[in-house]
Amino acid sequence: MAAAKNAGQSKPDAATPQKAEAAHRPAPNAPQFSRDEDLHAYHEMLLIRRFEEKAGQLYGMGLIGGFCHLYIGQEAVVIGMQMASVEGDQVITGYRDHGHMLACGMDPKGVMAELTGRRGGYSRGKGGSMHMFSREKQFFGGHGIVGAQVSLGTGLAFADHYRENGKVSLTYMGDGAANQGQVYESFNMAALWKLPVVYVIENNRYAMGTSVARASAQTDFSKRGLSFGIPGEQVDGMDVRTVREAATRAIEHARSGQGPYILEMQTYRYRGHSMSDPAKYRSKDEVSKMRDEHDPIEMVRKRLLELHGVPEADLKATDAKAREIVNDSAEFATNDPEPDPSELWTDILLEANA
Amino acid sequence: MATDILMPALSPTMEEGKLAKWLKKEGDAVKSGDVLAEIETDKATMEVEAIDEGVLAKILIEEGTEGVAVNTPIAIIAAEGEDVSAAASGGGKAKPNGSGGPPAPTPDMQAEGQAEKPAPVAKSGEDAPRAPAAPAVITNKAEAPVMAEFPADTPMVTQTVREALRDAMAEEMRRDPDVFVMGEEVAEYQGAYKVTQNLLQEFGAKRVVDTPITEHGFAGIGVGAALAGLKPIVEFMTFNFAMQAIDQIINSAAKTLYMSGGQLGCPIVFRGPNGAAARVAAQHSHDYSAWYSNVPGLKVIAPYTASDAKGLLKAAIRDPNPVIFLENEILYGQSFPVPKLEDFVLPIGKAKIHRPGTDVTIVSFAIGMTYALKAAQALAEQGIEAEVIDLRTIRPMDTDTVVESVKKTGRCITVEEGFPQSGVGAEISARLMVDAFDYLDAPVLRITGKDVPMPYAANLEKLALPSVAEVVEAAKSVCYK
Repeated sequence: MAAAKNAGQSKPDAATPQKAEAAHRPAPNAPQFSRDEDLHAYHEMLLIRRFEEKAGQLYGMGLIGGFCHLYIGQEAVVIGMQMASVEGDQVITGYRDHGHMLACGMDPKGVMAELTGRRGGYSRGKGGSMHMFSREKQFFGGHGIVGAQVSLGTGLAFADHYRENGKVSLTYMGDGAANQGQVYESFNMAALWKLPVVYVIENNRYAMGTSVARASAQTDFSKRGLSFGIPGEQVDGMDVRTVREAATRAIEHARSGQGPYILEMQTYRYRGHSMSDPAKYRSKDEVSKMRDEHDPIEMVRKRLLELHGVPEADLKATDAKAREIVNDSAEFATNDPEPDPSELWTDILLEANA
Repeated sequence: MATDILMPALSPTMEEGKLAKWLKKEGDAVKSGDVLAEIETDKATMEVEAIDEGVLAKILIEEGTEGVAVNTPIAIIAAEGEDVSAAASGGGKAKPNGSGGPPAPTPDMQAEGQAEKPAPVAKSGEDAPRAPAAPAVITNKAEAPVMAEFPADTPMVTQTVREALRDAMAEEMRRDPDVFVMGEEVAEYQGAYKVTQNLLQEFGAKRVVDTPITEHGFAGIGVGAALAGLKPIVEFMTFNFAMQAIDQIINSAAKTLYMSGGQLGCPIVFRGPNGAAARVAAQHSHDYSAWYSNVPGLKVIAPYTASDAKGLLKAAIRDPNPVIFLENEILYGQSFPVPKLEDFVLPIGKAKIHRPGTDVTIVSFAIGMTYALKAAQALAEQGIEAEVIDLRTIRPMDTDTVVESVKKTGRCITVEEGFPQSGVGAEISARLMVDAFDYLDAPVLRITGKDVPMPYAANLEKLALPSVAEVVEAAKSVCYK
């Protein structure tokens, strides 16, 4: 039944790729990065790419269980956002969260060990791929219920506002989550109370297997806050420079007390929704075209070589370093023991000390 | 034809109020819509309008009278030209100051906590069309608690549950600047049920936050703020509406600590009235005690007395975990003695023996206690001494206190307004089967709300709820009497 359904819809909506392509074409007046900024972005994005590839391998080997949603293709979004944020700003996202954790500076070993369900994982093996947190790095998850993180992220901003601490909540969601009711309840209150939150809608064009056009009456997600007076813009989410530029604008808006801001990041995931998704709802051409022409990492690599004159050997060294970090994390995550059985009964309630 | 003006009910659960002021005097001509008088309850002030044209023939209740029962005639309107002296109310039953009608309770009765319920019981066929369906008459005896939770010589003040809850919040907000209240109508309106009365005035709009009608959203914002370290008190106007927010309560608040390997606690209180009020039908009458008690990661409190409400709400606000605090609209106006202590905090998870006894254990909580206590009184008159245990906390459940009692009595019945299947009584029954099997001389019986959506009609609603008679019958049956 599902196969027949997929077959009937395997022809992608003709309008969609064109529109997306236009959006992903580097703008002629794209903001420029310095050599160091491009090097930083390259390393950070590459680490996510290599990490996710490794996670895919480990999943295939049966070392990672359950659901595993990879971020490959979307790396420029979170790295560009992080380049515009400051320490102490909070990050919260949905279930496609490995990239965000690495971008927040969380230890790849702890993330990978959580994926394999080991005691050294960020949640001691009790959360898994979709549920990881780091109070130290102000990363608030990692949430498995589509859209729930939007209200939670708005609550983080409520706390910032309450404490007048000058921090901003970077609240991510996908194009699918953007159709959930609580998103709009949150938009309303965030605008009403002028909460310091930037809503980052990562539009990777598919909510699981359903294209944006089939799920959304208004496919321009930057307009989703219009009726609450929340400014929004569409951003080429494949170009880390445009991401950072828009993020800087949005974060400044939120931090200065003007309330929430919406950034629709037009991006693309190369892999299926999760590891078990063959992605038959889109053509191979569509995917390979994005990979070949708009890969966020390749674009930076090209700039580093051609514009900044970085020797290829240096980039290879960066690549090798990323692989080493990822291999170390995989080794740790496969050798680290499973949680002690006693862990079953811990972390359910905190001890009250009234 | 003379018309009686009756003391109006301002809400489904109002049973009495104060006749604050007469705006017309005897002999004044009135027409439909004219404001005759002002009525006050602890929740609200309302105007009484004339519903007919005529002359205000007689004022039956003087202004300033407190504790006027709903449906008491307060004045008589005579038709134009009608002999005023002949226009006696209801066959001359009502007289000024109610010497023949329901008596206004005296302050002494208030202090004993017996005054709150003139209980206008709606009997079908009786001439009381506006009487709210009343649950069983409640008598809150100021008996000394069996287990000492404060020094015996502590001075006591009489407070309603509503006041006790408000004081608990105010005290904790004074103590900790991270505590704030959010919800619908909690600030400027002073609380839909006036539980947050005066908090806005004392703490300001930053800490007493009116939300739009958006339960899912503000519950999530509350949880997010708690994950960031604040201590929100999220008021649901009733727990029925928390169904809109249940994903954030269960999936976000209850589970995040575990899923984060102990990193992210969620110190939040969700509170509001739970269960049936009066005549508000199925969507506004659900008792969620058993639902929330099913979830690891939550604590669930359902107090009965004002004293427990205060001590346990303070504990809930200080607790580093998400706490579901289930109140009851009918209990809000009930008065109880509350210890006058600077900082009265009760332990969560401890049941209380409310009335000691030897023959049968009755386990209940929240408004269920009203049936249990009345039944215990009735049973005592028949020579059966029931021990009444108030669970107070549903999760974690104090099984030990129940088991110890059953070891003594050998018999147990449970009383709750919630549904029977998978209810709190079912849980107690299962635990007793394991922990007190050898001590039981009879099967555990459950008195619950009936297994039907709550009906609106007064008689059906009464049938759907537990009754004192059912409790008495069950207790006798397990005693084989």
